[in-house]
Amino acid sequence: MERVPVLKIGEILLVSIQVDMEDQTALQLQEDLADRIVATGASGVIIDITALDIVDSFIGRMLSTIASISKVLDADTVVVGMRPAVAITLVELGLSLNGIRTALNVERGMELIAAARSDEWDSEPYEERAADGPLATFS
Amino acid sequence: MALSAEEGNRLVGLLTEHAERITEGWTDRVTASMRNRLSRAELHQQVQEVHRGLLLLGEDPTFDQAGEHGAELRAVLSELSRLRARQGFTATETALSILSLKDTLADLLGDSDLEALRSYRAYSQVIDQLALYTVESYTKAREELIADQAEQLLELSTPVVKLWEGVVAVPLVGTLDSARAQVVMERLLQTLVDTGSPYAIIDITGVPAVDTQVAQHILKTVVAARLMGADCIISGIRPQIAQTIVALGIEFGDIATKASLADALRHVLRQTGVEFGRRSRRET
Amino acid sequence: MTAGLDLGRSQTQPIVSDQDVVRVRKLVRTVAVETKLSLVDQTKLVTAASELARNTLVYGGGGEVQVSTVDNGRRKGVRISFSDSGPGIADLDLALTDGYTTGGGLGLGLSGARRLVDEFDIETAVGEGTRVTVTKWSR
Repeated sequence: MERVPVLKIGEILLVSIQVDMEDQTALQLQEDLADRIVATGASGVIIDITALDIVDSFIGRMLSTIASISKVLDADTVVVGMRPAVAITLVELGLSLNGIRTALNVERGMELIAAARSDEWDSEPYEERAADGPLATFS
Repeated sequence: MALSAEEGNRLVGLLTEHAERITEGWTDRVTASMRNRLSRAELHQQVQEVHRGLLLLGEDPTFDQAGEHGAELRAVLSELSRLRARQGFTATETALSILSLKDTLADLLGDSDLEALRSYRAYSQVIDQLALYTVESYTKAREELIADQAEQLLELSTPVVKLWEGVVAVPLVGTLDSARAQVVMERLLQTLVDTGSPYAIIDITGVPAVDTQVAQHILKTVVAARLMGADCIISGIRPQIAQTIVALGIEFGDIATKASLADALRHVLRQTGVEFGRRSRRET
Repeated sequence: MTAGLDLGRSQTQPIVSDQDVVRVRKLVRTVAVETKLSLVDQTKLVTAASELARNTLVYGGGGEVQVSTVDNGRRKGVRISFSDSGPGIADLDLALTDGYTTGGGLGLGLSGARRLVDEFDIETAVGEGTRVTVTKWSR
């Protein structure tokens, strides 16, 4: 059975889903991601579905579950790269993907996660925040 | 309706022996029917091609145009029809290019004896069928032409414009039917992906009326864009349209709507943290 | 069923495993492309097929699918028929209600799939199995 690779970029885990995952592969991904989030202390997960030519209710459920698990583990999830035909189909299907944040591409996804994190930090007094730029680095 | 081998061979004989006389007479007739809108030289060439095709068809003495010996002729007729369709000629004028051969053959055969009349009748059937094939090809070519033009019109009337970094606009103009709305929706969404723009302004100033169907298409577009990670603002809602929307009970929910494209742009820019200031004038 | 229908090529495929669901998606995509369905229509059809194939596997205990090209004289289309000899659906009206699902989460079952296709037909009886037939026409 194939496993979907999980890459670490800074504090973010990037998952690029290949075409035509079997249901079992999807379930395995959920597990692997949960493990990796805990192991790396990642603050964000980006799921790139650019290569998916369909999103059915099963995949939808998987994305939802990953988002929920990540949240519990204090990480933000963004799904990126949804194809127009897929979006149109989901609208027709009535699948709302509630609670899942989306962005057009990986870059925007990273910006979104950074913004979400900095919103959280806004309430704490913290001097060494970078003024701009999506991936703030701390010395 | 096939010719007997004897009749077929006789026709081939006629076409071969009197080739020049036939093609000349035929061309004269076609030129006349076209009322000199095409040069005789050009028509003569076309007639000769059809003539050649006929001889090839005649290798099958039954002159079965649907068979493999008819392939060349069918191709020639199809091309000719296509050309006529694009040049704006009528179906009749196109068919006459083929039917003119009948009169030419009639002249050749004469009407003195029964034999000649019988032959003419048989040849006539063959030519009629070819004329019908020509009309069919012509009709198909016209329909394709119209479909092409409709598509071009659609492309032209739904431009997607980049207004700013990360902001595109779709000014919709004219009536939106289901098919058109579909195309617009898909193009907008694709542009969002291609340009990586998280914001789209759908301007409906140019849409005269909004009914439930149109409103639903717009709503679906917005929901789809959001699923993809972008957002839409609807602008250009005229007072009458606002009234219609309320009367129809259409809920735009949390989708931002602005009266003008300018307002919508200002709204988006504010969202992205852009601020405008006016430069102070200096005294010279 | 429309009279005077010409059923062109037809392909059958068993649905007894996870991988089979993936195969069904690939098969339907191929036939949809051959039948010159638009990209959005292809996506809708493959998504519907994925939902129905999974239903056949998970609720029907396995079965088979038949994919055919059809021609009604004016347009070409794709017809897909899913059949199983599983428990059948007890309350069909309920199952076809918008938003109904037994799987929890985002599964929208039959009503969702129905929205994605042009024709939708279902035959089912308790203890006798289920057959779902859908058709999508090219425009």
